[in-house]
Amino acid sequence: MADSAKEPLSFQDLILTLHHYWSEQGCVILQPYDVEVGAGTLHPATVLRALGSKPWNCAYVQPSRRPVDGRYAENPNRLQHYYQYQVILKPNPENLQDLYLGSLKAIGLDVNLHDIRFVEDDWENPTVGAWGLGWEVWCDGMEVTQYTYFQGVGGIEVDVVSGELTYGLERLCMYLQNVDNVYDLKFNKAGVTYGDVFREQERQFSAFNFEASDVATLKRQFEDMERNVTRILNTPNSLGYPLVLPAYDHVLKASHLFNLMDARGAIAVAERQSYIGRIRDLCKACAQEWARQEEAGVAQTARGTI
Amino acid sequence: MPQLLIELFSEEIPARMQLGAARDFERLFGAKLNTSGLSFDSIKAYVAPRRLALVVEGLPAEQAAVSEEVKGPREGAPEQAMAGFLRKVGLTQDQLTVENGVWMARIEKPGRRTIDALPDMLREVILAFPWPKSMRSGVSSFRWVRPLKRILFLFDGQIVPFELEGLTASSLTEGHRFLGSGKALNVGDFASYHKALADNSVILDHAERQAFILKEAMAICEDAGCELIEDQGLLEEVAGLNEFPIPILGDMDPKFLALPPEVIKTSMRTHQKYFAVRDTATGKMASHFIIVANIRATDGGVEIKRGNAKVLSARLSDGVFFWNEDNKPGNFDGWLERLKGTTFHVKLGTMAQRVERITELADYVASHIGADVALAREAGRLAKADLASKMVGEFPELQGVMGGYYADALKLKPEVADAIREHYKPQGPSDSVPAGKVSAAVALADKIDTLVGFFAIGEKPTGSKDPYALRRSALGILRIIREQGVTLHLGGLVDAWYRSRGELPVSVQEVDTVRPEVLDFFADRLKVQLRDEGRRFDVLEAALGSDDVVNTIGRIAAVEEVIATPEGEDLLTLHKRAANILAASKTDVSHVSPQAYDGIDPLEKTLLEALNTARTTVASHISEENYAGALKSIAALRQNVDSFLDGVLVNAEDESVKANRLAILRGICDLSAPIADLSKIA
Repeated sequence: MADSAKEPLSFQDLILTLHHYWSEQGCVILQPYDVEVGAGTLHPATVLRALGSKPWNCAYVQPSRRPVDGRYAENPNRLQHYYQYQVILKPNPENLQDLYLGSLKAIGLDVNLHDIRFVEDDWENPTVGAWGLGWEVWCDGMEVTQYTYFQGVGGIEVDVVSGELTYGLERLCMYLQNVDNVYDLKFNKAGVTYGDVFREQERQFSAFNFEASDVATLKRQFEDMERNVTRILNTPNSLGYPLVLPAYDHVLKASHLFNLMDARGAIAVAERQSYIGRIRDLCKACAQEWARQEEAGVAQTARGTI
Repeated sequence: MPQLLIELFSEEIPARMQLGAARDFERLFGAKLNTSGLSFDSIKAYVAPRRLALVVEGLPAEQAAVSEEVKGPREGAPEQAMAGFLRKVGLTQDQLTVENGVWMARIEKPGRRTIDALPDMLREVILAFPWPKSMRSGVSSFRWVRPLKRILFLFDGQIVPFELEGLTASSLTEGHRFLGSGKALNVGDFASYHKALADNSVILDHAERQAFILKEAMAICEDAGCELIEDQGLLEEVAGLNEFPIPILGDMDPKFLALPPEVIKTSMRTHQKYFAVRDTATGKMASHFIIVANIRATDGGVEIKRGNAKVLSARLSDGVFFWNEDNKPGNFDGWLERLKGTTFHVKLGTMAQRVERITELADYVASHIGADVALAREAGRLAKADLASKMVGEFPELQGVMGGYYADALKLKPEVADAIREHYKPQGPSDSVPAGKVSAAVALADKIDTLVGFFAIGEKPTGSKDPYALRRSALGILRIIREQGVTLHLGGLVDAWYRSRGELPVSVQEVDTVRPEVLDFFADRLKVQLRDEGRRFDVLEAALGSDDVVNTIGRIAAVEEVIATPEGEDLLTLHKRAANILAASKTDVSHVSPQAYDGIDPLEKTLLEALNTARTTVASHISEENYAGALKSIAALRQNVDSFLDGVLVNAEDESVKANRLAILRGICDLSAPIADLSKIA
């Protein structure tokens, strides 16, 4: 637990503390990306910014949507919508492990009281063709962070390695506050719980994901998005170079539509690999175009802008 | 004598790679020393989560001077060749000698200070280090398993001047990440290095950490009235996750003991790296577990215990959920339905098609080994169903085991449940084979489908590549047949696969192409298996060949048994004498049946009669699989053969007499042919 004298952080204070900590380390603090994604990594500030050779340090909270994990708010640990705290440091600083341990200290985890371990976990995300080496960080046997040195993104080997930290915020906060049910988390210090904020959302979206979404519509939308990625990348425009960021948004939308179809059981086992392959190819096309623009210096992506 | 000490200090090295890395470091650096002519007394590598260290004792301060002979051009070679050679060796022609028409140069290399030779060696070892997976960090192109932070490099107490990727070698190391002083530690040699680490809560030696964990964990268990369930693989892993291991007894909610013990153990082991514990009094799983922490916590481990118990509880709650879901009515039928949508291999169809083949093969095998055919079919049909269950989805290593439990829960026949449970066996040389006949039938069917299926689509193992583990399948088939002691023709198994294959997505190779390939593959595996068991190689060469494994092994054993006796001596001698004469003769007697004729030599007549008697005896022994008896009755002909060959001229002038005599010898050689080709025995 935190220093025994201090009260554990509320959910929002956990976020604010991490924001403050990583801001002090020189990170740009971004707000969540406004497209549904399955993981914080998919934010263009990670997937695309990890490519090319320009330095980039940022941190943000990203709501992550995993339709298949919905449990109608009845499971104490599983949510179809939850938060990841994502830090990306490019190039990875030499003292990244120390910086990371410093962040644990900042949120009130005493490393002399808790067993912190770096356990091998080579991360990969096949839908965005990304891979890296690193660890899952354990605190008393619980995975609290995914720690990765990016080696490749969008099927391309990176020029400069980024360090990526992904904190599972709910899980970490449940640990700090010593509660067994995510809905019991203190969201703030004024008596609002996580359940007060999200219970109804979990119920409605679970029902939507499993019962009420329309597979035919999802499928049509998926195909629209898929078709549009290529179209956007190939459409001449007044800037004079392909519109990779809008194209990538369409990849994210396709990816979320796939997850929704999956939750409806509409993806046959045999089709699964083919769908994932299609999304990966689209992502790869965007990643390659982004890397090309970075290399050529056509896009205005100086450090600190996006 | 000087000592060399190296430490490569990095971020956490994956536990599974640590012991291999230590072995590689020792081997590769040892080889560098050897090729540089540096002798040493001992070399030993150590590995801990954040360090790979090497200590070499008894190195010389200087390399010995070496002189090397270099071959130059032949005498009379063009001048340019000679000029080039002289340039290369840095000598003049009058310093060369001639040996067998070739110019030779002797180059003297003076001894070099060892400390000067070491940097290149370390650089080469580091740059070519065979990590199973390595990574880049930051803007560097250097690859290591995880970012490399420090290099400690001391020879005879002195820092070896060395730089790599911005790191400069020093005499500094660090202690435990959390329990150490947090300061760099200056060391002078291995003894002070070892002590500095020990003082800063690092147990350097992997084996020592293992022993420490085991001892402490056992003591804690004993105090709690429990016993540690030992697990060497897990022990090695946790010894790789801790610089200073502190075992702690955790408490599990006893309600989880309702789960199958395999589920609890697997969840503890794979997800959490905990040791399971059994109750000493009952021998059953206890509601405890052993955590091996990396720190000695300031509160004595209370928080660590609490946190770990909570995580395990969440994990096992998932287990309970899977168990309950999986035991719902209609489970097997639902899973079998789902297997229709699961691809086994793109050319071999779905898992459901595989299940159909396994069912038919189990039927075939059961009827040939005396197992209950109906039960074998039922077990074959259900054997793969649990692959679609939730629990196996979570813990793939529980395949079969879970199916067995679910079958038990449905009160299926015990033979069927056992066959589902055991049909993956044997999973390696140290695993047992299924005991029951129904289990053996399904286990064989499973492996035959894999082995023959992949051969049929041309996916044979090549060299070291065996992605479908077909060697393991073949060895498994051989072991089951041998240990069950059943007669099962391997060729028949191939044919049975073809009969059961059904509609496949692609057309497969012809059975007549595949059968000999599979039989050769089996013969090679059997040869290796038997040689490893200490069978004589020449006897294997002589007696391998039938596709009936038990029969083959019986023949091999008999040949080995008999040739170790005086009768064996007789057997080999008489066979050799007869075979030599046959080999020297150009006459083809394959169609001649020897008989008594007017004026037959009495010795010839005696031998002929002995041969005829022996034929009956040998045939009857062979039909009873008494191969030793058969060989001994052939050996008994020695006296008759010797008398005949010493007293009668085989190559008589009369062609028909000659043919008769040769045919008798042919008949004698042929007696042993169904058992072994005795000419191959040394």
